[in-house]
Amino acid sequence: MEKSIKKYFPLFALPTLVAFTIGFIIPFIMGIYLSFCKFTTVTDAKFTGFSNYLKVFSDATFVHSLWYTALFTIVSVIAINFFAFVIAMLLTKGIRGTNIFRTVFFMPNLIGGIVLGYIWQLILNGILAHFNRTLVYSSAYGFWGLVILMCWQQVGYMMIIYIAGIQNIPGELIEAAKIDGASNWQVLKSVTLPMVMPSITICTFLTLTNGFKLFDQNLALTAGEPMKMSQMLALNIYDTFYARNGWEGVGQAKAVIFFILVAIIAVVQNKITRSKEVQQ
Amino acid sequence: MSVRKAKHGWILTLIFTILSVIYVLPILIVIMNSFKLKAYINRYPFQLGANPISQGWDRFVAGLQRSFVGLDNYVEGIKKIDFFRAFGYSLFITICSVAVIILCTSMCAWYITRVNSKFTKGLYLLCLFSMIVPFQMVMFTLSKLANMLHLGNPVGIILVYLGFGAGLAVFMFCGFVRSIPIEIEEAAMIDGCNPLQTFFQVVLPILKPTAITVAILQAMWIWNDYLLPYLVLDIKKYKTIPIAIQYLKGGYGSIDWGAMMAMLVLAIIPIIIFYSACQKYIIEGVVAGAVKG
Repeated sequence: MEKSIKKYFPLFALPTLVAFTIGFIIPFIMGIYLSFCKFTTVTDAKFTGFSNYLKVFSDATFVHSLWYTALFTIVSVIAINFFAFVIAMLLTKGIRGTNIFRTVFFMPNLIGGIVLGYIWQLILNGILAHFNRTLVYSSAYGFWGLVILMCWQQVGYMMIIYIAGIQNIPGELIEAAKIDGASNWQVLKSVTLPMVMPSITICTFLTLTNGFKLFDQNLALTAGEPMKMSQMLALNIYDTFYARNGWEGVGQAKAVIFFILVAIIAVVQNKITRSKEVQQ
Repeated sequence: MSVRKAKHGWILTLIFTILSVIYVLPILIVIMNSFKLKAYINRYPFQLGANPISQGWDRFVAGLQRSFVGLDNYVEGIKKIDFFRAFGYSLFITICSVAVIILCTSMCAWYITRVNSKFTKGLYLLCLFSMIVPFQMVMFTLSKLANMLHLGNPVGIILVYLGFGAGLAVFMFCGFVRSIPIEIEEAAMIDGCNPLQTFFQVVLPILKPTAITVAILQAMWIWNDYLLPYLVLDIKKYKTIPIAIQYLKGGYGSIDWGAMMAMLVLAIIPIIIFYSACQKYIIEGVVAGAVKG
């Protein structure tokens, strides 16, 4: 059977392979090469070694955006997962209207980042107007604005995943713990949490990478104002490419560093939470 | 479960009802503001009219008449960004890309799983790898390459989406194909099916649930995607909805809030219609996608 399938390679695998090569493999390899070059378009690249990378770390906006992004990611991961888990716990108790609540909480997820950004720019500026401030008054407002926006968008998504995880716990397990005299808190800590660890792995992974790679919402909400102080990494890279002349190489070097950071976070996070999962 | 929980159930229902209302409030406020005069939107976004109700009924009604502009914002916004064209492009690109992705990656995934060679293993690992590469890494080179190959139109971008979206889709299909007993396919082959017939008549029907999951995840991504089409498409000619909305923010950060509100509402309406029609599939798809991804 394998042989006859193999003959059909051009039909089955080739279209995806060609697109994958154009859409990913070539740009990726070229991207790595160009991060060692000085260039304005792809064709006039001159090899310059590590000078782009040296420039990256002497660029104050990059270092600032790196810390800003890291802090934002930590805060948003904790906030989103906390709210999502609490809501999921309460919505699996079988109260009236569970389905409607689930539908409502999930809905913002389908709205795109740009649209979300402008919705919240209106709302948050409206609130801040009472204190004679706007979102771009200082980077702290942009920061908490983004946290609120991301919670609103992602709590529903993570809640759905947690609900699926909680519903997968066999009822006998909790009953047995209760018969043995465990308090609600003990059941949560020793039964529910370990049993939903796979969901926690997935949700932290998703919120972590979403937070780190955030772009659209950042662009629409504050666009990095004031003075690039609310710029996150992705926006900083974009800005380096397209708003500064002659910095394309530095932008590409930033992109490579960004990719390495995302990869490290993904792998480490996966290792840590997977090791805490229990076999069912 | 227990009696105690049922007793407190209505309190939870009440709390969640209030919470749900707060949750949809931002959207309701945007809808309300889309009917208001520009000048009153950004300054008093939470007021129905020009005067708050606390100033007395008559003044409130007078303020309402002053601020209500009917569909003016909609008419202006639609004209300004050519909304329905943008909607058409978004719809075309999303539907075609998702269809192409489903067809090509499911075939490719079947090939990868059923043919055992170093090449297919390598390709699978590359697909896995591509899932953790952020778009910014390839953004510049991809947009230049797409430009050189003249992919900057709604048809060409489908190829780019297939390429950049292949990783996740191939990964998810592979996971499912592996669970299909190979005997079914062998039986079909012995009965005289060629691989193409085997795939379309036997494998693809079994893959349907995964195909729906992949379709939903990819559709959510492509419909809302801003940066990729912005960089790849020739945006003087082709604007998708997110690009058109961002375009409303003119130079120097000044925003026409009237048109903006109306266009935000128009951008949300199709999503809500789609959501209420396929809610079940979307939520199941998200769960299935998360478990496998």
